[in-house]
Amino acid sequence: MRSGLIAQKVGMTRLFNEEGNHVPVTVLKVDACQVVAVRTAETDGYTAVQLGAGVAKVKRTSQAMRGHFAKAKVEPKRKVVEFRVSEECLLAPGAELSATHFIAGQKVDVSGVTIGRGFAGAMKRHNFRGLEASHGVSISHRSHGSTGQCQDPGRVFKGKKMAGHMGDVRVTQQSLTVVATDADRGLILIRGSVPGAEGAWVEVRDAVKAKRPEGVPLPAGLKAAAEDAPAAVDGE
Amino acid sequence: MNIIQQLEQEQVSKLLEKRGVPDFAPGDTLKVHVKVVEGNRERVQVYEGMCIARRNASLNSSFTVRKISFGEGVERIFPLYAPTIDRIEVVRRGKVRRAKLYYLRALRGRAARIVEDTNATQKALASEREITHERKQAAKDEAASS
Repeated sequence: MRSGLIAQKVGMTRLFNEEGNHVPVTVLKVDACQVVAVRTAETDGYTAVQLGAGVAKVKRTSQAMRGHFAKAKVEPKRKVVEFRVSEECLLAPGAELSATHFIAGQKVDVSGVTIGRGFAGAMKRHNFRGLEASHGVSISHRSHGSTGQCQDPGRVFKGKKMAGHMGDVRVTQQSLTVVATDADRGLILIRGSVPGAEGAWVEVRDAVKAKRPEGVPLPAGLKAAAEDAPAAVDGE
Repeated sequence: MNIIQQLEQEQVSKLLEKRGVPDFAPGDTLKVHVKVVEGNRERVQVYEGMCIARRNASLNSSFTVRKISFGEGVERIFPLYAPTIDRIEVVRRGKVRRAKLYYLRALRGRAARIVEDTNATQKALASEREITHERKQAAKDEAASS
């Protein structure tokens, strides 16, 4: 199991492919995504890599987190996420991942926090049809209608779909296709939409429901691999 | 320029390289050469009508072409930079005073005419002839080289 990647949602646009068809894509930006800590079986009982992405101001980073970043000799990060990996896919602290971690045509799962919609009615939240526009309906055209039966059972069943808070939940969109990657600008273009607002952080992983294609970099697509080796050493 | 604009600009310039976009505006009569795939064969179909609207939004630009087909009004919206468009040809340039000619939908026959901008038409036709000539030349060169 390979590590995932932390990316920032930039926005959506379109591409025209060779056949002349229009492909809607979401642009994700991989910005200074580095390994901050490593969890190993000996010390922690499981294997994982903790990645950090973005650039945080030092003065706005807590003393504890400063120490944590200093241990891996990386700049303070805006977003930190842990990814479970298999033993052979462990990375060294400080290693920087690039957008070439994924290849075009690959399937990925993207997790993010959806746009919050506040307290939403049953029509918007659960696609209820509401009540009629006429035939004696007054003031309650967008209400949910009945919520149950009569004296027996005499209560509303748990889990009944009603109005309430909508959005702002973590959602994983599975088996999305990577259309292209751009190593220089650190961009990943994914077909279709991705949860979250523009500027939101999302996690991109290899799809769990699709086989990993040939040619995917193992253990990870590192930035240092693309450049020459000495440049990677001084990258603190 | 943000990343999205950059990406769109790149695509626009790539598509412009393949085929230019002539100078046209609402009120002009256009011939749109559309690539149509039939089975495994590709051919070019010409859709001729009047441009009644244009949307200028970089890669997302589009234009609407209206024609009367068998007595029935037909409108088609084309993405300006779609690779499925082989060529856009300006046949006649019209004199209009607004950007969107949606009022034409309610009009039929003589009432739905647009006054021709003769000078502009001649100019457009001259440039179209040039493009046609260039294309023929290019096709000939290609045939000769292969």
